[in-house]
Amino acid sequence: MQQIVYFIQKYKYFLFFLLLEIIAFSLIVNNNSFHKSKFVSSANAITGGFYKKSSQISDYFNLKNENTFLINENTKLKNQLEEVSFLLDSTKIFTSIDSLNFNQKFEYISSKVIKNDYHKPFNFFLIDKGENDSISKEMAVINNKGILGVTDAVSNNYTRVQSVINKNSFINARLKNSFYFGTLTWDGKDYNIVQLTDIPRQAKVIVGDTIITDGKSAIFPEGILIGSVIKINSGNSASNSLEVKLFNDMSNIGNAYIIRNFDKLEIRNLENPRNE
Amino acid sequence: MNKSIYLSFLFISIVLLQVFILDNILLFGFVNPYVYIAFIFFYPLKENRFFFLFLAFLLGLSVDFFSDSGGIHAFATLFIAYLRLVLVKVIFKKTAIDYQLFNLNEESFGKVFNYVALLTIIHHFLLFSLANFSFQNFVHVLLQTILSSIFTLILFFLGTYIFRKKQ
Repeated sequence: MQQIVYFIQKYKYFLFFLLLEIIAFSLIVNNNSFHKSKFVSSANAITGGFYKKSSQISDYFNLKNENTFLINENTKLKNQLEEVSFLLDSTKIFTSIDSLNFNQKFEYISSKVIKNDYHKPFNFFLIDKGENDSISKEMAVINNKGILGVTDAVSNNYTRVQSVINKNSFINARLKNSFYFGTLTWDGKDYNIVQLTDIPRQAKVIVGDTIITDGKSAIFPEGILIGSVIKINSGNSASNSLEVKLFNDMSNIGNAYIIRNFDKLEIRNLENPRNE
Repeated sequence: MNKSIYLSFLFISIVLLQVFILDNILLFGFVNPYVYIAFIFFYPLKENRFFFLFLAFLLGLSVDFFSDSGGIHAFATLFIAYLRLVLVKVIFKKTAIDYQLFNLNEESFGKVFNYVALLTIIHHFLLFSLANFSFQNFVHVLLQTILSSIFTLILFFLGTYIFRKKQ
């Protein structure tokens, strides 16, 4: 007993140091797995509030770019609307138009990126909407150019998003001109280039092909733009991977949309039937 | 009392300086100074060591909260906080009696440089290898460590030169 007390007395600083290091290390491990709830994240009232204040100041420097983005997007949407109204006019529709609303599968929620990382291997960004705006974990985040990430930690007013350029990010994606699909990952090197792995060998891919999201996951709707192929790794590698250049410049993102999938629960229940 | 107010003010301002100004520098896209560890270098040696270790942990954790990095800053900062006393003994040849009067500004530049540079390089190496969290891209980690250490050291010595009190 005397020995133990003596031991603790002698190494008390080292033991305290060790305890704190273990806490820190467990926080790191916890942060690197997507499915655990996060304690250390910037999506809390204090850090979120600070970032919101700072982005309110720096936003003024980007207004010109943001305006160009918005006007481009408006033009695109207006053109699509014209196409739809042309179709509606030219065909006879007997069902009520309201069924469009009834069958709505996705809802878009607008938000603003208030903090962005792109230089680390595990990147996250923060947006200024949270649980109060009915945002939950595992929702898609996009902007008008393409995908950005998946929501990860949610607080009342802020949400942390796991960026596409995070080494833990796995997104289901496919070629635009065929239905061959693979997994979109990132190797941690260049923040504008991601990798599309596990594309079947028989898929014909050429440089410049467009990559879009596949509707096979319950998170992303089908057909959201990702990027274009810039390099094809031919050879006998186990993972047949393509280098994809993102349409988004991940170091320069302003506004974002969060996509809510109304059928997510139904899809989940079908995929993992409960044993009764 | 006056001293503790000064220290808490320094703590908060150094975290905000790091998070809102220095983290946005990103020279060449990946070289970034981490000057907040100056708090560890300057914290008085005579204070309670438990409290100092806890404060170092808290300093790292606050930077972690802002930069969404789990606990990497907490880990690295705590490590150099523990190592500090060993280096003081080895480099400055001080014993427990000298801690009361120890002041970094009164030591010779060469010794101070060794002390600060060693702690900075250890901190940055731990930080970047934990941020990477795998053995891939190890060359990149080393490159990042060296370049960021140089950047941090330049900023640190410029800062101490400017803010040094005139004797």
